[in-house]
Amino acid sequence: MGMTILAPGPLTTVQDLGRTGWLAAGFCPSGAMDIPAARLANALAGNPPQAAVLEMTFSGLSARFTADCRFALTGADMGFTLSGAPVTAYTALAARAGDELRGGAASTGCRTYLAVSGGVDVPPVMGSRATHIKCGIGGFLGRALRAGDVLSFGVPQTPVPAPGTHLQAPPPPGGCLRVRVTLGPQWRAFDKRARAAFLSAVYTVSPQSDRMGMRLEGPVMPSIRGTDIVSDAIPIGAIQVPASGQPIILLADRQTVGGYAKPWVVIGPDIPLLAQARPGDALRFALVSPRQAARAARRGARALDQAIALVFLRA
Amino acid sequence: MNTPRFLPAGDAALMVEFGRIIDPAINAAVGALMDSLAAQPIPGMAEAVPAYASLLITFDPVRISAGALRRRIARRLRALRATPQDGVAQVSVLRVPVCYGGEYGPDLAFVAGHTGLSPVEVVARHTAPRYRIYMLGFLPGFPYLGGLDAALETPRLQTPRTQIPAGAVGIGGKQTGIYPLASPGGWQLIGRTPLRPYDPRQAQSILYKPGDCVRFEAVSPAAYAAIAARVAEGDYVPAWQREVL
Repeated sequence: MGMTILAPGPLTTVQDLGRTGWLAAGFCPSGAMDIPAARLANALAGNPPQAAVLEMTFSGLSARFTADCRFALTGADMGFTLSGAPVTAYTALAARAGDELRGGAASTGCRTYLAVSGGVDVPPVMGSRATHIKCGIGGFLGRALRAGDVLSFGVPQTPVPAPGTHLQAPPPPGGCLRVRVTLGPQWRAFDKRARAAFLSAVYTVSPQSDRMGMRLEGPVMPSIRGTDIVSDAIPIGAIQVPASGQPIILLADRQTVGGYAKPWVVIGPDIPLLAQARPGDALRFALVSPRQAARAARRGARALDQAIALVFLRA
Repeated sequence: MNTPRFLPAGDAALMVEFGRIIDPAINAAVGALMDSLAAQPIPGMAEAVPAYASLLITFDPVRISAGALRRRIARRLRALRATPQDGVAQVSVLRVPVCYGGEYGPDLAFVAGHTGLSPVEVVARHTAPRYRIYMLGFLPGFPYLGGLDAALETPRLQTPRTQIPAGAVGIGGKQTGIYPLASPGGWQLIGRTPLRPYDPRQAQSILYKPGDCVRFEAVSPAAYAAIAARVAEGDYVPAWQREVL
């Protein structure tokens, strides 16, 4: 069971829910940038949530299945075809040995997840199969996939949702994204005016964005007296403001500690929005209370659990 | 020391700030809360991440509210303050063998030239202190060490190297450290240790933890090779000892 990579696309890596529990040792979690999309792909392929999937960026891979296989695609729409016939995303699908799966450029969104029944079989490193590219740890030989790589799949769990089982895809984000933030540890390093200006500004996603961080182009955020701090730990979604005043949102492959002020943190439920934002997309920030953020987290967790439960009803 | 302060850190993390300076006592207070939470985790919390003077505590907002977590941590801090330290405080110290100079430390001559010391004196001053590991970060297992002799301060390379081997020991400004895995970097490399600070074969993966100390020890190329062979075989026992803090 497996697939041969014919063309990997610009950046395709093996990911899972992340290498958790190692922040104190300096390991970022890595893992899927859009966790809900990865979890839905796994559900549609009949996998447990922690099974390893492929994360594709901007453009899809081309690959040949070496055996009959059930699979699913979620996230950005990359116009995939299976041996020439278009396939629907957010749907349980079946491939025959020799079938070729081919993706193109994402028409909306940025990252697409491919889950195969049984999961991508790579050895776990420190409890996770996620690729940490910068350090060459985990995933497929610690690196992005290349043409000619042969991936093995694990043993499928039974039962697998019936082919054709379909989930409502989340609506593609349109226009200016609204990203919710709560306060970060150094919010006092910026005066009221600078904070208000940040919250009313429109930023665009810089092309110099990756799994480590999303750089924002737009108004600089001036600080009261410098943004250098005694280095502290960086939670996911932290918006870091270096001396230049140009904010950076730190994501799955971030450094675990850093020496710049963090006035805001993007709330967990909005991280998937960032994962699907493309260079040039516009976004603005809205400050919410911890209570509102917790409500959004509960709502998101419930909706995801419910969608996954429905998928397994069709298994 | 001041009372620790709680700072917001997003919807799924809290920061406990013990101070805003680099100080062994403040860092020890960070470690004490870290150890207490590791021994008895609070339900709903995920990870605790120590830094120089603060501890970040991540949690699942679906399972516990920030307010409830904060109250539990405040109670924990009060209990820690009330617990008298019995006996003499001790610290775990790792002896780190280093082969200095030559192909192992290509920048030793530059550091000697910059500091006006002989290479032998650079090595003597680098192996003299006991360095505290304030935190790990930048790279997995990269130790932020405190205690470098001020006479050894040397600016970073003008152009960083694209590849530094695992085990390289360097000086960057006021800091010294060990590269746990091969990576690009701009520090002046004065030596290399045959130890593997990052070893995924080991249950603990990273040889040391924040709050531990290290002492560098100069070894010959022959001793380096012998230790490297034993490390590769997996039968090298790292030399830890307890010392009075």
